[in-house]
Amino acid sequence: MEFGLWQVWDAGWVTAILRGAAVTIAVGLSSMVAGLLIGVVCGLIKWARIFPLSLLVDGYTSVVRGVPELLVIYLLFFSSVEFVTKVITAFGYAGLAESGYAFVIAVIAIGAISGAYSTEVIRGALASIPNGHIEAARALGLSGGRIFRRIIAPQMLRIAVPGINNVWQTTIKDTALVSVVGLQELMRISYIGANSTRHPFIFYLIAAVVYLVITLVSQAGFDGIERLLRLRARR
Amino acid sequence: MELIQLAVPVLLKGLWVTAALTLVSVLIGFNLGLGLALMRLSSNAFAAGFAKYYSNVFRGTPLLVQIFIFYYGLGEVSLIRDNAVLWWVISDGSRCAVLALALNTAAYTSEILRGGLMSVPAGLVEAAQACGMSRILRFRRIEFPLAIRQALPAYGNELILVVKGTSLASTITVLEITGYAKRLMSQTFAIFEIFAIAGVLYLVVNLLLIAIIRSIERYLMRHEAQARQAISTPRIDGSAVI
Repeated sequence: MEFGLWQVWDAGWVTAILRGAAVTIAVGLSSMVAGLLIGVVCGLIKWARIFPLSLLVDGYTSVVRGVPELLVIYLLFFSSVEFVTKVITAFGYAGLAESGYAFVIAVIAIGAISGAYSTEVIRGALASIPNGHIEAARALGLSGGRIFRRIIAPQMLRIAVPGINNVWQTTIKDTALVSVVGLQELMRISYIGANSTRHPFIFYLIAAVVYLVITLVSQAGFDGIERLLRLRARR
Repeated sequence: MELIQLAVPVLLKGLWVTAALTLVSVLIGFNLGLGLALMRLSSNAFAAGFAKYYSNVFRGTPLLVQIFIFYYGLGEVSLIRDNAVLWWVISDGSRCAVLALALNTAAYTSEILRGGLMSVPAGLVEAAQACGMSRILRFRRIEFPLAIRQALPAYGNELILVVKGTSLASTITVLEITGYAKRLMSQTFAIFEIFAIAGVLYLVVNLLLIAIIRSIERYLMRHEAQARQAISTPRIDGSAVI
């Protein structure tokens, strides 16, 4: 039997794939936000060399960046699965375990990975802020929080945009890995489709195209942001 | 202790597979990437366009999808199933993983090398042209040595990404470090300990690669090290005067 795009459409796989893509984007965005929060905190610690904490952050970034993402996901998933199912059933939310739990673990895992890369990006951006700016702000008597808000954060964000773009691209691609622990995102849906129809080629090709669309669209978005920031810097 | 005795030999067995996968795919991927970078910079619009789309497609999709397309998907295409050589390549998990990894790293390598080649000053290339060097000689003696010096630090990062990428081969039945680690985790339930041992193995591999890249870099930059020494010696004297 010839199996083409029409059969994929006819069997209702398109809505499933789109729902999977939405989950992928949701996981990607949530872990990116979590990763950026981790990145800003850890980046500041690394930049300011706050003694015992900076050692911890160094350990975290070098382990997560040196060990395969898949291994990190296995660690978080396998080590939490028993504990969490116990807690959830104890509170009587057994149904919730199916849908919410995998999502949360996925966001924690991908967020931790993306956070390690964000830390390096933020640290690099902080290092390129001229020291004189901060000294000048201190000489004006600005408080620490205000120096961060008015002097450090705006410059840091502008310099960090290209790096954050890179981190986002790897983050969205890393979300494919959480399919191995059963979250129903784009990759998992394609896997299910491939297995149930026995036509893997077309399903994985569709998945590749959807990922490509996501990365190309976000690349265009970041290009736009970079252009905007550059214009403002020139004026 | 018992756990370590059980886990370490198994994971070391995986280490060789990981190393072999990395080595073969880097060897293939570097050469492909060099070819793609040259295509990208050539004046032939078709070659340049092909290289650009190739690198966008392979860098824009997850490696896992690429591996699954090669391993599960291509077997469905009759053209490949009927060709003995192609079928031999994709019928085995590790060969398939090498194929996907090599094609994937070729895309990233081409971008890195393109940046390196573009950083070669045009004047040097023109001077070589003026000396009557042929195109191949010029590339071998002038452009490539300068480009690789520029590209080496970024290429070191790419090598680490390849090592991490080999872990995905465990999803298509290849038992390397991650594959054995997953199996041990579900057998022994000592999840963190297995993770730690496997993680240490990966870190050792990565540190080794970084050390190799650094030593190649130092070898290529040996002229600068001498120059820096020559400059820094009088500077120390100068600061004493001030």
